[in-house]
Amino acid sequence: MSAVVSKIREPLIEGGKNYHQITEDICSPTERTPSMAWVLAFIVAVSGLAFYVFCVGWTIWVGIGSWNLNRTIGWGWDITNFVWWVGIGHAGTLISAILLLFRQKWRTGVNRAAEAMTIFAVICAGQFPLIHMGRLWLGFFIFPYPNTRGPLWVNFNSPLLWDVFAISTYFTVSLLFWYTGLVPDFATVRDRAKGLRRKIYNFLSFGWTGAAKHWQRFEALSLVLAGLATPLVLSVHTIVSFDFATSVIPGWHTTIFPPYFVAGAIFSGFAMVQTLMVITRKVLKLEQYITLAHIESMNKVILVTGTIVGVAYLTELFISWYSGYIYEQFAFYNRVMGPYWWSYVGMMSCNVLSPQIFWWRKMRRSIFVTFVMSIFVNIGMWFERFVIIATTLARDYLPSSWSYYTPTWVEIGLFIGTLGLFFTLYLIFVRTAPVVAVAEVKAILKAAGDQYTGPNAAAHATTKEAKAH
Amino acid sequence: MSKENKDVLYGLYDDEEILLKAVDQANSSHLDIMDVFSPFPVHGLDPKLGLSESRLHIAGFVYGAIGTLTAFLFMTWVFTRDWPIIFGGKPYWSVPAFIPITFEVTVLFASIGMVVSFYTVCGMAPGITNPTLDDRITDDKFCIAFDVTGADDASKDKLKGFFSQSGASEVNMKTI
Repeated sequence: MSAVVSKIREPLIEGGKNYHQITEDICSPTERTPSMAWVLAFIVAVSGLAFYVFCVGWTIWVGIGSWNLNRTIGWGWDITNFVWWVGIGHAGTLISAILLLFRQKWRTGVNRAAEAMTIFAVICAGQFPLIHMGRLWLGFFIFPYPNTRGPLWVNFNSPLLWDVFAISTYFTVSLLFWYTGLVPDFATVRDRAKGLRRKIYNFLSFGWTGAAKHWQRFEALSLVLAGLATPLVLSVHTIVSFDFATSVIPGWHTTIFPPYFVAGAIFSGFAMVQTLMVITRKVLKLEQYITLAHIESMNKVILVTGTIVGVAYLTELFISWYSGYIYEQFAFYNRVMGPYWWSYVGMMSCNVLSPQIFWWRKMRRSIFVTFVMSIFVNIGMWFERFVIIATTLARDYLPSSWSYYTPTWVEIGLFIGTLGLFFTLYLIFVRTAPVVAVAEVKAILKAAGDQYTGPNAAAHATTKEAKAH
Repeated sequence: MSKENKDVLYGLYDDEEILLKAVDQANSSHLDIMDVFSPFPVHGLDPKLGLSESRLHIAGFVYGAIGTLTAFLFMTWVFTRDWPIIFGGKPYWSVPAFIPITFEVTVLFASIGMVVSFYTVCGMAPGITNPTLDDRITDDKFCIAFDVTGADDASKDKLKGFFSQSGASEVNMKTI
């Protein structure tokens, strides 16, 4: 049953596994008692989460005045964090949906964890617009429900409302896609478990049996959901960019924003996937499933999207000069040479220059370089959003309104806190669910059916010979 | 999904290739397979079992179309009939501005509708326990099952003969 290793192509799964070994390798981490490393990481993450809850409480109790926003700089760290998290949340659905449509079989090693990351990142992203409202308890006003104020409906022409629909649809569809993929794997965990554990996984697996008709429907569903998620993932960051592009602020009002935001989102999402995968594969001993070939492929995506983002930065500069429009020219002069020049430098060096290292195969296949680079990209993409938001607002049309923005401890705490929320969810996920899609990996174990070499192969071999004659 | 208990005779195979051969063999000797279970989708199995293509994608299209109409007609009604407001000097019925929400609601309706339909037609839901034949079916075994409720020994022996001939590694009986 073990796979025959091709001389030409790297195998998708290394180590000559059979089906049972795959089940064993991927499911057993959920069955062991947590390691010390996990417990320590969980304590740190939960502390971050607790601090987050405290900062949210502080913001609501004291009010938005506890942040350093003012009349001109209405968006600061909060929306920077929102866009950063939404961007990170793009890699999972891209890997699972677009790569499914392109029949990239290597996706099976990383899609489960990447989708989980997507969902957790979107949860973190969704926090910021809500907290930013100030009066959190009136958050439901954003939904078009029949109300006693007329009914006065929400403004369907506003990109901020489009964002509400985009983010909530994206979250729902990603969750459905992810969970439906998890159901057969939860059934695998269920069938290995006993007692209470079996009851819990029985509940989670929805009564999956593995019948042929169910698998057929399952595949049909996955394919159509992938087809729906593909334009969806592109639409979400496009709509996020509309928040800026449909305004009349120089530096924001540009048609390049949708493709530039989408490329940046894929870029930062893959970086976060790399950060998590490099650690996860090591700690859970999944190096044979999440292989160097996976890491190399994702580094290639990082190189391509990073370079696309670089081209977008340069195009922006060129167009602002070429437009002959002094406000546009000033906005970009200010980004590069203004009081926030350091964030522009951080963005350019982390996002455009540093990924160029991946032109070298040796660097793409180095775990250490990959990890360091993934952190660089995460930082660079955060700076990108900060450059776009804070730098632009700090120097608007009226020089009398110009000011300089630095965050308060509450704003910094909210950002660190969402990292705590994110890692708490991710650490719970790696303990409770198979981190690699078990059934999907089994389906790609053999490149072709005639690679079967296990017991009972004799009967199979004779029929093959008969066919050859 | 009948409520009565069924006696099921099933054989476990070690590999999907042997399973596919065995299904062919069962078809040629006119054995009536109740169901086939596997740890992952086995491609090429559906036509052999006479399963028609899933119609889930048609349902998905219908749900999506309902979503499109719901979103577009609702926004149209709000801004032309119920509470017309001028935004930015644009017409009340500003169709381009409705496109993003119409698209999102289409995807939302299609996805939720299809997933709910999938679980409903498969008889699955949170907390439901469907009888399974063997715990190893979700691990590394491929299973062909025959319904032998009320069957005589001769026909059971015929099925056992089929299993041993087609390379099953195990043959068991279970009442589900």
